[in-house]
Parts: sequence; structure tokens; C-alpha cells
Amino acid sequence: MNHIKLLFFATIRDRVGMKSLELDIPTDLTILQLKEKIGVDYPNLKESMKSVLITINREYAFDEAVIPLNAEIALFPPVSGG
Amino acid sequence: MIEELSHDQILRYSRHLLMPEVGLQGQIKLKNSSVLVIGTGGLGSPVALYLAAAGIGRIGLVDYDIVDSSNLQRQVIHGTSTVGKLKVESARERLQDLNPDIQVDIYNEPYTSENAMRLAKDYDLIIDGTDNFPTRYLTNDVCVMLGKPNIYGSIFRFDGQVSVFHAEKGPCYRCLFPEPPPPGLVPSCAEGGVLGILPGTIGTLQATEALKVLLGIGEPLIGKLLLYNALDMTFDFVKLKKNPNCRVCGPNADIKELIDYEEFCGVPGHHADDTSAGADWDITAQDLKARLERDPKLILLDVREPHELEIAAIQGAKNIPLGEVAQRMAELDSAEEMVVFCKRGSRSARAIEILSSAGFKKMKNLKGGINAWAEEVDPSLPLY
Repeated sequence: MNHIKLLFFATIRDRVGMKSLELDIPTDLTILQLKEKIGVDYPNLKESMKSVLITINREYAFDEAVIPLNAEIALFPPVSGG
Repeated sequence: MIEELSHDQILRYSRHLLMPEVGLQGQIKLKNSSVLVIGTGGLGSPVALYLAAAGIGRIGLVDYDIVDSSNLQRQVIHGTSTVGKLKVESARERLQDLNPDIQVDIYNEPYTSENAMRLAKDYDLIIDGTDNFPTRYLTNDVCVMLGKPNIYGSIFRFDGQVSVFHAEKGPCYRCLFPEPPPPGLVPSCAEGGVLGILPGTIGTLQATEALKVLLGIGEPLIGKLLLYNALDMTFDFVKLKKNPNCRVCGPNADIKELIDYEEFCGVPGHHADDTSAGADWDITAQDLKARLERDPKLILLDVREPHELEIAAIQGAKNIPLGEVAQRMAELDSAEEMVVFCKRGSRSARAIEILSSAGFKKMKNLKGGINAWAEEVDPSLPLY
């Protein structure tokens, strides 16, 4: 298992009702698989996972990226206000 | 080309001239520079004010809206005396007072696929101060196609984002967000609110980046996204990468000319806050009043947040905030006719979508929300 930390920002933080969360995931899980897992564990984030910006240890991560051990994963939703 | 500064200008810009990073040559460069600011709202206000004060020789302003008193909590380029005027004219007056040396071009029109290239092509860089996704994707694609830097800023409630998208040197907006969010998922500031100072913080950062790019000094936010949270007072930086599959700046890009951005995002780009559930669902405030006189037991569903009820409420309405509608629909009877409302009509439209997919049919959406009700039926309620 891989113990990771999730950080939530902006509207995602409001939806999930917390700033961060620690959880265990299978090793070799990709970002895309993590998004799917989050959508299942937190149904009200399912829609948000379609357009979220995700970073691994503060670097932009593409869907196919494999999550390294003890990674810090941050989820930033797009915002459009101006 | 203007080669020199007058004595008056040397005095005006002396604090810039004292720093070698700007200096006389840098100030002349700024005087010969041009910037197009898309939107003269929360972000456009500080951006245009500071760029005008800094002596950018030509500033273009694009907006189609009129100054409203609900703008003044954050759109500091406008004032009480310009409420009701065109935003671009109100802004130009303020800029010309601040700095009569500069040229201010105004475009009182929406920024669309039809005019965007023509408006942007004669400016050195573009500031994204828009308030909706379609115009953000449009601004990005125009900058990629014209090879111009796009100084991006975006806000919501207490959160802000800033970056410099310059596809020749780093990623673009589409590299980060290849797909727009599903329609209705991300609330606008008109529905969700925004801290009035937030666009000041983000807009001044955009103006700083614009100045650095024009002068070629420092480390602009190319390949970096700055994320600001006012409540935590945190500035986080994220390293960005160019997306090899980017549809507009990648090696296999398939978007070669501007597209229909409203269709791409599934939402209107202009007056995005006035979205409705579709004409079939709509009921006007006047019609609702008449219906209630005939049928006082008609169910009213208010999908605003509880704290908004303190501002204005319609007596007898049941309150289920939009975010809880899916979980709490058992409290509603699909056999009974129901009128759904929010502040302006877009959250209630979303609630109707949710309820409709769960089998509810006898619903109406109060067009223009409780604000329309206050305007047309019950003037004792405030507009907000």
C-alpha cells in the first residue's frame, strides 16, 4: 500500500468539507485511477474530477502519471471569476 | 516611435527611473508598449489602473457591460458617479485622469470569435480579466495563435490563480485544463460571491507580470501557476508542463482557428449569470404572483444557501441549498407542482436538471430569481 496525502482547494474544499485527507492506495495507482476512486468515495466530487488540475508533490501531473510513495497530491478546480 | 520622455514625464516616472531594472530605457519601452485588457471588472480594474499609472503607452479595454452599484465593492476603476455608464467609458475617464499621457482605446463589445483576432493583433500582450470559461478559452487560443503572452488571473470567493501563458516558452491554459468543467459546476462570483479585495490582490499580480514581460526583467510565471488563498494567507506555486496532447499548442494540435467557445463549454459567455433552465421551464415573477393568488398552496423551493435567506426571502418557501438537493429530494413530492428559485435563476436551473433526471416533472424555474421577484412584485425586498 501507498500512504498519500490529498489537499483540497477552492470549490473542491467546499464540496468535500475538509482541507486535506490521508489515505492508503494500492501501489502503482495512476492519477486517472485516483480520480475514479475519489469519484466513488466522494460522489459529490465525481463531476469535479472531469476538469480538476492535479499535482504530485507540487508538480502538474497528467492522467497517466503513477503516484509515487508518500506523495502529496493537490486538487485544484478551475475557477472563472474575474 | 516615441524616443524620449518630456520633463514632466521624467518627474512622473522618477521612482521607476531610479531603478536600473527599469531606468530611462525601460520607461521608454513601456511608453512604446501596448496592452489589451479583456474585461474591466474586478481584475481589469487594478490591472488597467496600475498599467496606466506605470506609463504603458496604449491600453485597450474590452467590455460590453454597464456599471452597476453591485460592482463597486471590488471594481475600483469605476465610481458611484459612473453607475449606469458604459464600463469602458467609465474606465477610460478614470485612466485619463490618472495619466493623460497614455492612449486608451475602448471597445464596447463582447469579446467573441468574430472580433477577438482583430482586437488582439495590434497589442503586445493580453490580460485575461474575463469572468467566464468560454471567454477564457477564447483568450487563450487567440494568444496561442498570435504568439502573444496571456497574463492569466482568475478568482472565486477567497481563492485566486495567476500565471503567464506564453505557448512559445511554456504551457497554455488548455495544457492545464484540456476540458472545461461541466456546465453549472463552478459557480460565478455573482452566485457564489467574492471577497472584494481578492481581485485587487490577483489583478496587481497580473499587472506586475505584464510589466516584467514587457521589460524583459525578472522571472515571469511562465510554467508556474500561483495559487492564493486569502483565508489561509497562503501562496502556493505549482510547476506546470506543456501538455503533449494539447489541442491548440501541442505538436498534433487540431484547433487551428477559433471555434464556438460557448458550444465547447456548454454555457453562454455573455451574461453568463442569466442562464435559465430553458424557456419551457421558466415562469416570470408576475406570473408566479398570479399563480400564488389562485393557488396559495403552490410549493416554492428556495435553493439558495441558508445565510442568503437573511438578505431576502419569500415567505413560505422551503429551503434546500443546491448542494443538498440530490440527497434531500425525498422531502419533496414529485406529484405536487413546484416553483424553484435562487438569486438570479442559474442555481435553480441546475436544481431542476437534478430533479428532472430523478423523475420530477411538475416544476417551474422563477426567471431572474428572487431579484426579479423583488423588482417586479415585492419592492420591500432588497436586490443583491
